[in-house]
Amino acid sequence: MSAPPLLSIKGLTKHFPLKKNLFDSLLNRGDVVRAVDQIDFDVQPGETLGVVGESGCGKSTTARLLMQLINPTAGEVIFDGMRVGSRDLPLKEFRRQVQMVFQDSYASLNPRLTIEDSIAFGPQVHGVSKQESLARAHDLLERVGLAPARFAARYTHELSGGQRQRVNIARALALQPRVVILDEAVSALDKSVEAQVLNLLLDLKDAFHLTYVFISHDLNVVRFISDRVMVMYLGQVVEIGPADGLFDHPAHPYTRALLSSIPAMDPEHRTEKAAISGDPPNPINPPSGCRFHTRCPAAQAVCSQRAPTLGKLHSPHLVACLMYEPDSGYQAKAIA
Amino acid sequence: MTGLMNPQAAVQPLEQSPGYWQSVLNRLLQDKVALGAGSVILVLFLMALVGPYIVPADPYQSSILGRLKPMGSPGFPLGSDELGRDMLSRLIVGARLSLLMGLMPVMFAFIIGTGIGLLAGYAGGWTNSAIMRTIDVFYAFPSVLLAIALSGALGAGIVNSLISLTIVFIPPIARVAESVTTQVRMRDYVESARATGANAFTIVRVHVLGNVLGPIFVYATSLIAVSMILASGLSFLGLGVKPPEPEWGLMLNTLRTAIYTQPWVAALPGAMIFITSIAFNMLSDGLRAAMDNKR
Repeated sequence: MSAPPLLSIKGLTKHFPLKKNLFDSLLNRGDVVRAVDQIDFDVQPGETLGVVGESGCGKSTTARLLMQLINPTAGEVIFDGMRVGSRDLPLKEFRRQVQMVFQDSYASLNPRLTIEDSIAFGPQVHGVSKQESLARAHDLLERVGLAPARFAARYTHELSGGQRQRVNIARALALQPRVVILDEAVSALDKSVEAQVLNLLLDLKDAFHLTYVFISHDLNVVRFISDRVMVMYLGQVVEIGPADGLFDHPAHPYTRALLSSIPAMDPEHRTEKAAISGDPPNPINPPSGCRFHTRCPAAQAVCSQRAPTLGKLHSPHLVACLMYEPDSGYQAKAIA
Repeated sequence: MTGLMNPQAAVQPLEQSPGYWQSVLNRLLQDKVALGAGSVILVLFLMALVGPYIVPADPYQSSILGRLKPMGSPGFPLGSDELGRDMLSRLIVGARLSLLMGLMPVMFAFIIGTGIGLLAGYAGGWTNSAIMRTIDVFYAFPSVLLAIALSGALGAGIVNSLISLTIVFIPPIARVAESVTTQVRMRDYVESARATGANAFTIVRVHVLGNVLGPIFVYATSLIAVSMILASGLSFLGLGVKPPEPEWGLMLNTLRTAIYTQPWVAALPGAMIFITSIAFNMLSDGLRAAMDNKR
C-alpha cells in the first residue's frame, strides 16, 4: 500500500444540469443532478478495486469520468503521477493506458464491423499498421478463448452474449492498457458464462499485469474478484477498504444494510425483514448532513446537520460516518 | 495473423460470413416485389439510355393532320399529341429527362444533406441547434411552394430546376441524417471508440458512417419519386423543361387541353410518372427490409 497509486482521483464531481429554460442555462442556475459529488480514491498498481452501490449511486458516471468520456464539473484524475490532460499526459496517451469494458456487450460493438476489425481499430488509431493490428487482434482472440479462424471474420450479431463480452475484453486489451475499467462487464451474462468470464479476467490480469476497476451491483462477484472495495451512496464514497475486512466487518450502516441484503446460503440465517427500505433520495436535492440519514437505522439528530468526512477507521479501511468521528456529537452506543 | 499461419488452422476452412452488403443483396434477391420494381426501373433506365436510337418515329416531328390520334392508329401505336407527334417515341425519349430530374436532385441532396446531418448530429449541442434551426427555416415551406419559389427566382431551365429541387431536398435528408447520427452517437461502440483516443473524423468514418448511410439512403430513394413529381410540376408550370423537349410532366401539361377529346392518350405521361414513382418506392421499401440484418 505504500507504493504510489497508479490512479488517483481527487475531488471528482459531476453535476448534470437539468434544463429548465434558456435563461436558466445561460445564467447557470437551476437544479443539478449531483451524480458524483466530491469523491476521492486511489487505485494501486496491480489491484482490483471493486465499486458497489445501488442503481443511481454514480458508479457508471464515475467510470465515464475516469475514462474522460464526460467532462467533470470539478476535480482531477492523476495517472502515474501525471494529471490527465496535462502536457505530460495528453488525453490520447491516457486513453491508450486506460481502457473500458461496457455492460451491454451488443451495443458496445459496431454491428457493421467484423470482430477482428473492431479489435484492430484501437491500435490503428495509435499508429500501429493494419497488418500488425489484425495480428494483435487474432492473438487476443486466442487469449480470450475464441479461435481466430472461426470468429475473426464474424459479425457481432452472430455471437452469443458471453462471446461478445470476450470480444469486448479483447478490444479493450488491444491497446495494451495498464488499467481496465469494467463497468458491469459481467452483469448481463448468465451465471455459468459469468463465472467463465470472471476467471478469464483473473487470468488476463496475471498475464498482462493489469489493474482493474470493477464496477458491479453484484456483491458476491465483487467479493470474489476484488482486493479492495469501495461503497458508494448517492454520488459519494461512504466506505472503502480491503475486500475481506469490509465484507466481514462492515463499518458504515449503509454497507451493513447492503451486505445483509445478500441472500443467505444457510436457511438458519435467513433474514425476514428487509435490510434497507425505500429508494435512495433524489440526487437533485440530496439530504442535508449525512446523505444516508433518511434511511439509516442508527441515525441521530446530528446526522442531518453535519456531513461526515471519509476518515480512517483503521489503517487502510476508511469510512464516512459520524459514528466513527470523535467529537462529532454522535452519542456513541458502542455499536462497533 | 499468427493464428492463420500455424498449419493446423490452415487446414480447417476459414469460417467467413458473407459481408454486410453481400447479405443485403442476397435478401433483396429473395424479395419478389423489390425484384419486380427493380426490373421496371432497369427497363426505364434502358429506355433513357438507348431511347433516341430505338424510337419508331422522330419525337419532334409534328404533323398538322396527325393531331390527337387515338391509341392504335396506324403509325401512332400510342396515339399522338396536340401537335401530331408520336406519343410512344416521346414517352420513351422523355424517360431521359424525367429520370434525370428525379435522380440528380436527390443524389446531390443526399451528399450535401448527409454531410450537414452528420456534422450537426455528431457535434451536438450548440452546433446542432444552429444548423438544424437554419434547416428548419427551409423545412417550414411546403416543398412544392419552395421549389416553385426557387425556380421562379432562378429562372426557368433544366439546370435551375435541378438546383432548386436539390435545395428542396437537403432539409429533409439532413434531418433524417441528423436524427440517425444522434442515435448512433449515443451507442456504446461510439463511446468505446472515443475511449481509444480516436479523433472525431476517424470515428465518424469508421463507426458512424456505416451505421447511418443505410437509413438515409433508403429515405433518399423514397424521395426520387417525389422529385420526379415535383419536377413534372415545375415543367407543368413552365419553370422546368421547355417545349419542345419531351418530358413527362411537360407532356402532361400540354396534353391537358386534350383531356376531353383523347383522355387515354392524355393520361399516358401521368401513368409513366406513376409507374416510375411506385417502382422507386417499392424498391426502397425492399431495401429497407433487406438492410435490417437482424431480421
